Amino acid sequence: MNYLPHTESERRAMLDTLGVSRMEELFADIPEHVRFPDLKLPLPPLPLSQMELEAHLRELAGQDVNATSHECFLGAGAYHHYIPATVDYVTGRGEFFTAYTPYQPEASQGMLQAMFEYQSMICQLTGMDVTNASHYDGATALAEAVRMALNLASDGRQKVILSPTVNPHYRETVQTYLLGSEASLIGEGVVPGEMGSLVALLDDRVAALVIQNPNFLGQFEDVAGLADQVHQAGALLIVVTDPIALGLFQPPGAYGADVVVADGQPLGIPLSFGGPYLGIFATRMQYVRQMPGRLVGETVDRSGRRGYVLTLAAREQHIRRARATSNICTNAGLMALAAATYLATLGKSGLRRVAELCYHKSHYAAQQLAERAGLAINPHKPDQPFFKEFSVQLPRPVEEVNRILLEDFGIIGGFDLGSCYFGFEQQMLIAVTEMKTKAAINRLVDALAKVTA
Amino acid sequence: MPEIEKRSIEKTVYELSSQGRSTNLMPECDVPEAKLPVDLLHEDLHLPELSELDVVRHFIRLSQRNFCVDSGFYPLGSCTMKYNPKINEACARLAGFSQSHPLQPIDTVQGNLALMFELQEWLKEIGGFAAVSLQPTAGAQGELTALLMMRAYFRDRDETGRTQILIPDSAHGTNPASTTMAGFEALEIPSDEHGNLDLAALKAACDASVAGLMITNPNTLGLFERNIESIVRCVHNCGGLVYGDGANMNALVGAVRPGDLGIDVMHYNLHKTFGTPHGGGGPGSGPLGVSEKLASYLPGPMVCRLKNAEKSEPAEKIKPVYTLFTPEKSIGRMNSHFGSFGVFVRAYAYILQHGAEGLKQSALHAVLNANYLRERLRGIYPLSHDRTCMHEFVLQGKIEGSSVRAVDISKRLLDYGFHPPTTYFPLIVPEALMIEPTETESKQTLDAFADALKAIAQEAVDHPETLQTAPHATPVGRLDEVRAARKLKLRDDGLQIKL
Ligand SMILES: Cc1ncc(COP(=O)(O)O)c(C=O)c1O
Repeated sequence: MNYLPHTESERRAMLDTLGVSRMEELFADIPEHVRFPDLKLPLPPLPLSQMELEAHLRELAGQDVNATSHECFLGAGAYHHYIPATVDYVTGRGEFFTAYTPYQPEASQGMLQAMFEYQSMICQLTGMDVTNASHYDGATALAEAVRMALNLASDGRQKVILSPTVNPHYRETVQTYLLGSEASLIGEGVVPGEMGSLVALLDDRVAALVIQNPNFLGQFEDVAGLADQVHQAGALLIVVTDPIALGLFQPPGAYGADVVVADGQPLGIPLSFGGPYLGIFATRMQYVRQMPGRLVGETVDRSGRRGYVLTLAAREQHIRRARATSNICTNAGLMALAAATYLATLGKSGLRRVAELCYHKSHYAAQQLAERAGLAINPHKPDQPFFKEFSVQLPRPVEEVNRILLEDFGIIGGFDLGSCYFGFEQQMLIAVTEMKTKAAINRLVDALAKVTA
Repeated sequence: MPEIEKRSIEKTVYELSSQGRSTNLMPECDVPEAKLPVDLLHEDLHLPELSELDVVRHFIRLSQRNFCVDSGFYPLGSCTMKYNPKINEACARLAGFSQSHPLQPIDTVQGNLALMFELQEWLKEIGGFAAVSLQPTAGAQGELTALLMMRAYFRDRDETGRTQILIPDSAHGTNPASTTMAGFEALEIPSDEHGNLDLAALKAACDASVAGLMITNPNTLGLFERNIESIVRCVHNCGGLVYGDGANMNALVGAVRPGDLGIDVMHYNLHKTFGTPHGGGGPGSGPLGVSEKLASYLPGPMVCRLKNAEKSEPAEKIKPVYTLFTPEKSIGRMNSHFGSFGVFVRAYAYILQHGAEGLKQSALHAVLNANYLRERLRGIYPLSHDRTCMHEFVLQGKIEGSSVRAVDISKRLLDYGFHPPTTYFPLIVPEALMIEPTETESKQTLDAFADALKAIAQEAVDHPETLQTAPHATPVGRLDEVRAARKLKLRDDGLQIKL
């Protein structure tokens, strides 16, 4: 089936208006020898009716284990948090999701105001002055932040210190984004969590230092005095963070960050096998003209009524073309709307509560795993505080343990840290969000106690 | 006036906030509380304090101030604002898709991988490419990905002197912007009087410093590049590669495969051609199709079918059939995971509902609709080029005997209940109005739109100020964009902050 409204007589009338007898005649500019190929789209026999389609997709989706069919303790950058019903209700409105980027502000006040509110709330959350209307995800927001820092370095600084405790996928993405530049990334060899060794790399060739806090291992970095040291060296401090942690913990703006980026997925966006997610990008006002991405600003109409428009477009590709601050056009608008709805729904006390629950539940899980399963918690840095994720040392390969957890206990186990860090072999990174009941945590503890006994 | 003012302003979430109000969604803490590291906590978090009803009313009222495809005709050129099937939304919400974690073991996500694999295969077939990576999250990211791959390709061939990317003057702004990001230099090539790329200028520019050409076909004038084969030959002859900007692929699905025209690499916009919604700005998805010579540079991970995958006996455990791999010389990862998986589900569903013939019919009708509408407007507004167009066309928003501009016509269309065309793009047509009706619009809608534009042309002569002060029927009147940029206000959280 398809969605063409044309009746045979309408089609005929339209063709008559054009003075052609078949629609195919309109394609005469296409070289004849390649015109109208016979497309082979196999499997299953096409086309499907809506009923058949839904059945087929149900069957496919049914093959997947997921966070509602199993207890999920996997995080590592994507988290199973509670999504208030308001979020799906609002983002499910066709008025929002079937609109384009708000190029005609008078007809797009809804989305523009929602983006303005998103910008306002993210500024509060991160402690920054200005937030753009989104990037694709956390990794690309970081890549853009690094590019901005390099572009801002008027003295030709070409090095960026990237902490090893930044999400490995983010580090890979930054690396790819910089392939077209002279810039180099350093810090790879530093022992995870050793802030002093990172700071020691600062010199007059460094444009930015990037940390993640709480870091990829779930722990808080020692940021006391860090911004001063970075600024004294003439570099920018870029912080990757978890927006849920900011419900309870100090925002990066409070300890001197110049750019804050994050994946906004925890703010009401489903896991959805990795995307679409939300790239949060916030910075200081002094960099507003160098920042990437769309910005919504307040203004007035002809009779002085308040309204919103896309502004400072002279930074962007459609105006500045080759000299734009970024190539981004389509962003993650609907995801930013989800985050705005999420933050407005939970509000001041609600977000704090989510953060507290994550904190208490993950600490309960860690304590139980230490006591009842005898596992070492955060073996590399046991005294460093953590938020909702922590690592445990297992006596056997993580992959093996995860297989048993899945097959025998219906649990999606944690992330295998040994797959991306030397010296972290057989360490599992476990995420515990507010979604985990005490009973579910106890099941994980019992299971791991059995598997590792 | 005060009446109208009250009605037309929606307070912000901060203005609606009342200290101490909240919606409690969270359960009691069922575990013993742990000690908090007090010196790491913040003092106060300034987020709104609202009831759930406050939130719902606020966002629903905002939604009522937004034009969308679901409420009206949206002929925004180059954006392919076709109907977004509702069944696709329902499918994307199935728990297996929407609740699976991207780092789960591959044998627990075989449904997702099967879907991605099939989508890769179909996009290969539709575009005539050797391989497809679904990873890029939008058209612009597809461009950047491809340019970085081209860079790696030339580096491997010791042709690092290829520093230039040729770009037609009709190109979208993302093309030159991506070029700079990838470390190349953008060189603009003019269009000829037929609206095609100027072949002589292209020939003159093609030398050993050229890494490639980025070409949009049909171009942003809605015209098929008639010389496309000569263009491709010309670039290939000087050792360059040809990038196809697939934003306008809606005209070509089933009509021609870009790979058959010699295009080396092209991005699709699933959020245009394959009916996935634009989300008020995103998310998108920009899969990349490539010819054999670039395939090993694609970003990973991609999905493949295991060679020795056999149908297992029903009694046995299901063996994985699909797995992830990263091509041999891959430039690396372009984002956190696999790209916009939720968008893949919708595009997959779209293709399954159409089949090869349905996709071709969509392209045929998209082109029929555009040509019909163009014909209906002939003589009322000057056409940029008088040729059969593809899925879109460009008019000039100029009326003889009137001082109105394209922007005035666009704003006035809002009063008639239509979304305006893309205005002032492409840059090479003065007062450009770029109109893309798409195939899902009926003859009645096209006629009504043509009638509105005709009535507006008459108004432009009779009382131009009606247009120049338009729109009049929207929640706010014409907004002062200059003021927005001069007196920057990019947040309002009720707090006085030094900016
Ligand atoms: C011709 C053309 N190229 C590229 C793009 C960029 O695509 P995206 O917005 O998905 O990044 C667009 C989208 O507006 C376009 O119209």
